[in-house]
Amino acid sequence: MAETAYWEAIRRAHDEEMANDSMVIAMGEDIGVVGGTYKATSGLYDKYGPQRIIDTPISENSYTGIGIGASMAGMRPVIEIMSINFALLALDTLINAAAKIRYMSGGQLQCPIVMRTPGGTAHQLAAQHSARLARMFMSTSGLRVVTPRSPMDAYGMLKSAIRSNDPVIIIEHEQMYNLKEDIPDEEFFRPLEGAEIVREGTDITLIGYNFSVHLCLEAAKRLEADGISAEVVDLRVLKPIDRETIRTSVEKTHRVVVAEEDEAPVGVGSEIITGIIEDCFFALDSQPVRIHAADVPVPYNAKLEKAAIPSADDVYHGALKALGKI
Amino acid sequence: MNDADKKRLLREMMFFRRFEDRTFEAYMERKVGGFLHLYSGQEAVATGVLEMANVGKGQENDYVITGYRDHIHAIKTGAQPREVMAELYGKETGSSKGRGGSMHIFDASQNFMGGYALVGQPFPLAAGLAMAAKHKGSDQIAICFLGDGANNQGTFHETMNMASVWELPVLFVCENNLYAIGTHIDRSTAVRDQYKRVCSYDMKASQHDGMDIDTVMEAAKEAVDYVRNEQKPYFIEFMTYRYRGHSMSDAKGYRTKDEEEVWMKRDPIRLYSERLIEAGLVTDDEIKSMEKEILDEIENDVVKFAEESPEPKVEDLNKYVLDDNPDPRWIGPLQK
Ligand SMILES: Cc1ncc(C[n+]2csc(CCOP(=O)(O)OP(=O)(O)O)c2C)c(N)n1
Ligand SMILES: [Mg+2]
Repeated sequence: MAETAYWEAIRRAHDEEMANDSMVIAMGEDIGVVGGTYKATSGLYDKYGPQRIIDTPISENSYTGIGIGASMAGMRPVIEIMSINFALLALDTLINAAAKIRYMSGGQLQCPIVMRTPGGTAHQLAAQHSARLARMFMSTSGLRVVTPRSPMDAYGMLKSAIRSNDPVIIIEHEQMYNLKEDIPDEEFFRPLEGAEIVREGTDITLIGYNFSVHLCLEAAKRLEADGISAEVVDLRVLKPIDRETIRTSVEKTHRVVVAEEDEAPVGVGSEIITGIIEDCFFALDSQPVRIHAADVPVPYNAKLEKAAIPSADDVYHGALKALGKI
Repeated sequence: MNDADKKRLLREMMFFRRFEDRTFEAYMERKVGGFLHLYSGQEAVATGVLEMANVGKGQENDYVITGYRDHIHAIKTGAQPREVMAELYGKETGSSKGRGGSMHIFDASQNFMGGYALVGQPFPLAAGLAMAAKHKGSDQIAICFLGDGANNQGTFHETMNMASVWELPVLFVCENNLYAIGTHIDRSTAVRDQYKRVCSYDMKASQHDGMDIDTVMEAAKEAVDYVRNEQKPYFIEFMTYRYRGHSMSDAKGYRTKDEEEVWMKRDPIRLYSERLIEAGLVTDDEIKSMEKEILDEIENDVVKFAEESPEPKVEDLNKYVLDDNPDPRWIGPLQK
């Protein structure tokens, strides 16, 4: 076991997978000589050279497309997009090509790419650096979308994503790169399917993914102080969603809050709650509650930004509402 | 090139013309649906360029990729005409199992990496195929066929730049037929000569007549050899013309009969057959019997196969979305 930061976990996964398979490469802006905006590939340029740790020009759509083309011919590129906001430029090659090529070719070809990108809000980066687009990717057939909340998952899911034969989007988070956790020294993999109960409870289910799991955990602590036992579910994976784990938890607690950092209309919460209504409507003792960002472009001003983005306090109050206490 | 090869090339181009005409008929009979873009008039380009590349040898082939006007590129690379026709019919025996249709012909067994509908999207895919070939140390190259209109996409500039900086073995073939649907190149594009547009990327580029297959082959040989031997990209432009509308719903109101006639006088099949007749390699009668043979082959093999093949099963709708046999070690589910 060694205490490992989220960014170090990602770095380690790259390193091991590149050592294991010469077809694994990484590409992105400033990932080589600089080592990556969040250090996720630091030191690897010196180890693997410019042919495998590729510094790209600022051409998101086409370097993603080059990665996709290479993957069709047997390579396993890990494509870093500096910020999910910039991934919008790569949607054509990602969604119109990578997500569809297996299908359009009748299963003859596959695109085993991994796209990694931080996809949350940091502090005062304003509207063009604060998009959270998970909901957009999770609605695209032909992709896998995963959202590691911890160094364990950041490491183990990247390794699985590189070995998977499908295009995988890994949504990381600006505020989690320095999050630390003990992870085993031996190699391990974390699967690309399945939600996880990260805290057991009996009175209410709090569902989050990526950064919002931490908001749920914090809210659960406060609820505990109030004598309320909250169960926290980390979705881990937004596509495909593990409805079974959600159903089982809701059937136990009968109350549910879904917390997402994104705006609400057509969001992750809408999808999860619809699933709950379809799967276990009669298990509910109260209306489900959605905690989400305000429907505005993220403001620069710190006070406004705070008001726009959900907090642990919001999740806590959402839980009280679901419990009929406010 | 020996005399037999020359005759074969003429026959191939005649076959391609008839193949496209027959798909048009099938479309009119409503046996083929969707968008259908025909290659008639441009045959010398794909036939000539790919004749100079490694094709028809399965996995040893160069990688070939193109847009939606893709039937002939696929066949010349090595796809079976009957499977391409079956794909247009939406059949399970089609080259993409009926999931792709006319615009998405794939034949991975021949390294034909697909037809794509998004104008300009194959540029980076081609560069990626070239990157993989280079990475594996194989001597394969990637060949990307696209139209003049595609060069107005950002992917053109982005990819030319990266292909040049990274020295990728990719040949970009621009089939300049002067139109993007109904918009004449002079109305959309600052320069008509497309090869001039890559000069800012420090890449070799040239322009040639695309109606004369001998010219095409001579230029293509130089370009293919350069890409393979130097392991660097090359942009080659051929001036050509499509005879039919952009796709089936196009009444061609944007161009004149006079213009069409000027180009049709230099029809690639006519030019080449006249040359072979003059050289005494074929006679008029031989050409007529070749035509008959082709008609017969397309009717009694290609179309018959497509007509008689089964459709995909509705139960298989969800196949091929993701890996259908994923490894549980990577995919899960999570052990509770
Ligand atoms: C990204 C995108 N924009 C628009 C279209 C619609 N469209 C299809 S073909 C075409 C013209 C392309 O012209 P060109 O590249 O010259 O190829 P040609 O059809 O002449 O072979 C257009 C605008 C499309 N398919 N994809
Ligand atoms: Mg054109």
